[in-house]
Amino acid sequence: MNMALNALRRLGNATLKTLVHLGFICRFFFAVLRHSPAAFFRFPLTMREIYFAGVLSLVIILVSGLFIGMVLALQGYDILSTYGASESLGVLVALAMLRELGPVVAALLFAGRAGSAITAEIGLMKTTEQLLAMEMMAVDPLARVAAPRFWGGVISMPLLAALFSTAAIFGAYLIAVQLIGMDNGAFWGNMQAAVDVRTDVMNSMVKSLVFGVIVTLTAVFEGFDTKPTAEGVSSATTRTVVHASLAILAADFIMTIFMFRGV
Amino acid sequence: MKRATIDLWVGIFVAIGLVSLVFLALKVGNLMTWSRAPGYHIEAYFDNIGGLKVRAPVKAAGVVVGRVEQISLDPTLYEAVATLNIQQQYRFSRDTIASVLTSGLLGEVYIGLDVGGDEEMLGEGDRVGKTQSAIVLEKLVGQFMLNQASSSATKDH
Repeated sequence: MNMALNALRRLGNATLKTLVHLGFICRFFFAVLRHSPAAFFRFPLTMREIYFAGVLSLVIILVSGLFIGMVLALQGYDILSTYGASESLGVLVALAMLRELGPVVAALLFAGRAGSAITAEIGLMKTTEQLLAMEMMAVDPLARVAAPRFWGGVISMPLLAALFSTAAIFGAYLIAVQLIGMDNGAFWGNMQAAVDVRTDVMNSMVKSLVFGVIVTLTAVFEGFDTKPTAEGVSSATTRTVVHASLAILAADFIMTIFMFRGV
Repeated sequence: MKRATIDLWVGIFVAIGLVSLVFLALKVGNLMTWSRAPGYHIEAYFDNIGGLKVRAPVKAAGVVVGRVEQISLDPTLYEAVATLNIQQQYRFSRDTIASVLTSGLLGEVYIGLDVGGDEEMLGEGDRVGKTQSAIVLEKLVGQFMLNQASSSATKDH
């Protein structure tokens, strides 16, 4: 009896904690938005964050995009040729990359590469009481630390996703046309006939923009929410990657329902 | 790190990001044909359009000359009305035949236009006189089975 009661109590406690946490994230999001003008008035700060989040993620994004495109082309050719539809290889790769894989995988990599770094940096700032020191000097950490990192990530993400899709399509081109010897015209022509700029390219950008908000908001929030200990920083960094990845996949599912249901 | 170096790298990053976006729009997505070129509309009534979808190509002699813009059902005739957007530079005679075709066995469904010999041309809002409906594979198979059954039945007697 007592055990059952305790279990119920724990469940209720966990639910309440989650809800409070969710509300806190929303409040944090609006606080960051309210302090956003600071990130644009002092743009060099944001530039620095675009450098750390975007430019330094370039290598991993381009290389993984290239390899995903090449693997997709090899596998796709293998399967499509059994149906005599190997000409559709370009269509397969382009649509798969633009609609789903490009934004999602780029965002997952971005969460691992840039999101974790943002959380660790802010977490360490909090642990070493730099954030408190800023407040003492009447510098708002939300304006000085959070907003530039948030906008740096949000600006970088769509560009990274576009680069990721481009690298993948280039990788597929290398495999299909250069290695397998598919016709160059069929590869690009079928792709151009099937890919619609509005439904595919634009939606791809919308998705990656939303993912950029999700990843950087999670990263900045977890950084500020860190327990100020060495252990706290490590668990906050882990939480950023796990929560951001799950949120990306959930948001992708919801956006796909709305974007591609009737098409 | 110096501010100039950061500016340079961010500049490079943004530049190649925008180039890849342009690449996706032009080379992959073919924005050129997507731009709503001024065209004129003609209507075609079909008994059955099969798997025809909006934005399906309209082809004459295999060349894409327009797109299906809208598909609806005529409430009085119970016929499918496909509104076709034809590019301005192509003109078709009044007795053109529009048919719902499939490229290959599993390929995309499109509308084929077979041009007749009439002197007068179709204009904005005109209706295509003759149409040929989609061949629905299930009906064909059903008919085939029926024929088989009846022929074997006559053999037995």
